[in-house]
Amino acid sequence: MSQSQDCALLSICDLKKFYDQPGGGKLTILDVPEFQIARGEQVVLRGESGSGKTTLLHVISGIVPADSGSIRLEGVELMQFSEAKRDRIRAAKMGYVFQTFNLLPAFTALENVRLGMSFARGELDIERAKDLLNRVGLHDRMHYLPGQLSVGQQQRVAVARALVNRPILLLADEPTANVDPANQERMIELIAKQCQEESVALLLVTHSDAVASRFSRVEQLSEINRALRTASV
Amino acid sequence: MNLLSIALRNLRYRKLASFLTALSMALGVALVVLVLTISGVIEKSLEKTSNVGYNLIVGAKGSPLQLVFNTVFFLSQPVENVPYAYYMEYLPADGRQKEYQRIGGELKEPERSGLYSFLMQGGFAIPLCMGDYVDEFRCVATTPDYFGLLKHGDLNDQDYRFSQGRNFVDYSEDYGFFEAVVGSQVADRLGLKPGSQIFASHGAESGQAHGQGFVVVGILEPTGSPNDRGAFVNIEGFYLLEGHVAPERDEESGLEKRGTAQGPQRQGVLSKVRLPVEKREVTAILLKPNGFAAMSMEKQINKTKFAQAVSPIGQIEGLLGVFVRPLRWAFLGLTSLVVIVSAISILVSIYNSMNDRKKDIAVMRALGASRDHITAIILLESLLIALAGGLVGWLVGHALGPLSNAWTMPTTGVKIDWFAVQSRWELWIVPGLVFLGTMAGAIPAMAAYRTPVARNL
Ligand SMILES: Nc1ncnc2c1ncn2[C@@H]1O[C@H](COP(=O)(O)OP(=O)(O)OP(=O)(O)O)[C@@H](O)[C@H]1O
Ligand SMILES: [Mg+2]
Repeated sequence: MSQSQDCALLSICDLKKFYDQPGGGKLTILDVPEFQIARGEQVVLRGESGSGKTTLLHVISGIVPADSGSIRLEGVELMQFSEAKRDRIRAAKMGYVFQTFNLLPAFTALENVRLGMSFARGELDIERAKDLLNRVGLHDRMHYLPGQLSVGQQQRVAVARALVNRPILLLADEPTANVDPANQERMIELIAKQCQEESVALLLVTHSDAVASRFSRVEQLSEINRALRTASV
Repeated sequence: MNLLSIALRNLRYRKLASFLTALSMALGVALVVLVLTISGVIEKSLEKTSNVGYNLIVGAKGSPLQLVFNTVFFLSQPVENVPYAYYMEYLPADGRQKEYQRIGGELKEPERSGLYSFLMQGGFAIPLCMGDYVDEFRCVATTPDYFGLLKHGDLNDQDYRFSQGRNFVDYSEDYGFFEAVVGSQVADRLGLKPGSQIFASHGAESGQAHGQGFVVVGILEPTGSPNDRGAFVNIEGFYLLEGHVAPERDEESGLEKRGTAQGPQRQGVLSKVRLPVEKREVTAILLKPNGFAAMSMEKQINKTKFAQAVSPIGQIEGLLGVFVRPLRWAFLGLTSLVVIVSAISILVSIYNSMNDRKKDIAVMRALGASRDHITAIILLESLLIALAGGLVGWLVGHALGPLSNAWTMPTTGVKIDWFAVQSRWELWIVPGLVFLGTMAGAIPAMAAYRTPVARNL
């Protein structure tokens, strides 16, 4: 890794995550000695199904607690914080786009985007929400409910929502898995472009070679995650 | 978006369930308000009306409550009579002799004063004859003292006033003994004015009307008491009507001697001939004894075989305690159950939606919502349904109150106003709704609090 720990936006050290096995005992899912992302850097994460990509994103975002190790965001150790504090940090500094079911069905596109601003302390800026929907090409769909949008349109709303709070890190977990290849291209283009414009760092999980080939830094989880090496040996 | 608008969006998304649960809450609260209003009105009217300005009602032996209902509220079946001579025992000082001189007839020991006169100094006794009707209204035969000595109002300090005309008199040059005063409702209903004639019908509403009518000389101002529903006729004229003459009775058996119920010979309406004392009976005597004599007097009278004395306030208090208040609690219990059941339906409705909403909750958590945010949203949803439904129910309950006037006002004489809070229990409705809404929301909110995020993304 070229960056030093100090100027890294995200810096992971000796991170471990276990899950209880159904038969008893613990299974190590993540064992990451070192992983870093610089400010505004765009990283693609690849790996086999079940290798722990989603788990890593969950642990970084604080949705799932890690068992040991260190996660620093802008040099601040996140492992020391309570769950509530991690929630606040996630609300303020991270955006998240999931593979499916990103939007709340009871809320319109615009309301879904505004929801992204609801849980962080700070101003609710409706113009920002409208601007982002414009930029993802949905200015004429703002008041549609998710059920009235195509899957691709829903994902674009999700991207707008993930960025509305001006995060410093966007976590995207296979955001194009349900989109046809032509749109997949445009979707990734959109995410990469928006992140670049707002200088948001991006950690993107994908199975697609085409998608991965667009990015300069592509990480194989098997290289980062020691749990996989020991398991496969 | 704040938590409140998020909760509102969620409710709007499940329109039907939200509407139905709010409706059931509205229904429950409306019923509670209605029960509180009606029971409050009944209780108030009973308490108010039993505060009558006399202490005792004396009448023939029988049901004390019936005597009170008959005399004070003009309800229930007419009761038996006592002789007029018995009434005369209650007249203060030389009242008995004066009454005898006024009426004439046969009376034992006419020169002595009444047996209870020593307890009646400064008080009064007013005779009533009841049992006849003027249309559907009770005909009350009494003396002018009824409006001269009695008062009305919440504090019992207001004189009876006449919106038209005047009180009737014992004998008038125009109409003899046949003058009448009617309550405001009677006048409205029957379209009576001073100068109109009313006819008492014997025994029942549908009974045969007497040939001799009474001329209305006064119409009472509304009092909010049963007197608004009374047609008051001069007792002297009443005795002269056919069938109102008491027969002679056998002293041993008390059975009536046939052919003795004959009225006096009179020439024309203006004749000054009265029905003699021994042929008169009264249904009730309103007694206001001197000072604190009422208690001992009530006991003394009730010891006799002949008559009973009842205290209207005591009887009504008894009625309230034994019947009205327990009944109110029973109704309140039942209607509260409806409210609780609707709170449970809120619980069930929200709880059932939790399965569909696990993903929503996970997404919100991923957007940075804390467990407390999620809990608050669910609690708000439950509270909003409970409060919105409850508020509508409260309004509907109060709107129904005045609508029930048509039914309650004629019997209670109390008008239910819009938004008149009849019971202090009503103040508990809002805290109660907040409590129930919170309780109903607590279980789903707890489930929401525990929803694992990672597994639902
Ligand atoms: N709650 C859990 N309890 C036990 N094991 C779990 C739990 N969640 C995930 N796992 C295990 O962790 C491993 C990694 O899962 P993860 O979802 O991170 O994989 P992934 O790389 O995202 O796969 P995919 O590409 O299919 O999405 C899997 O083997 C899974 O069985
Ligand atoms: Mg995954």
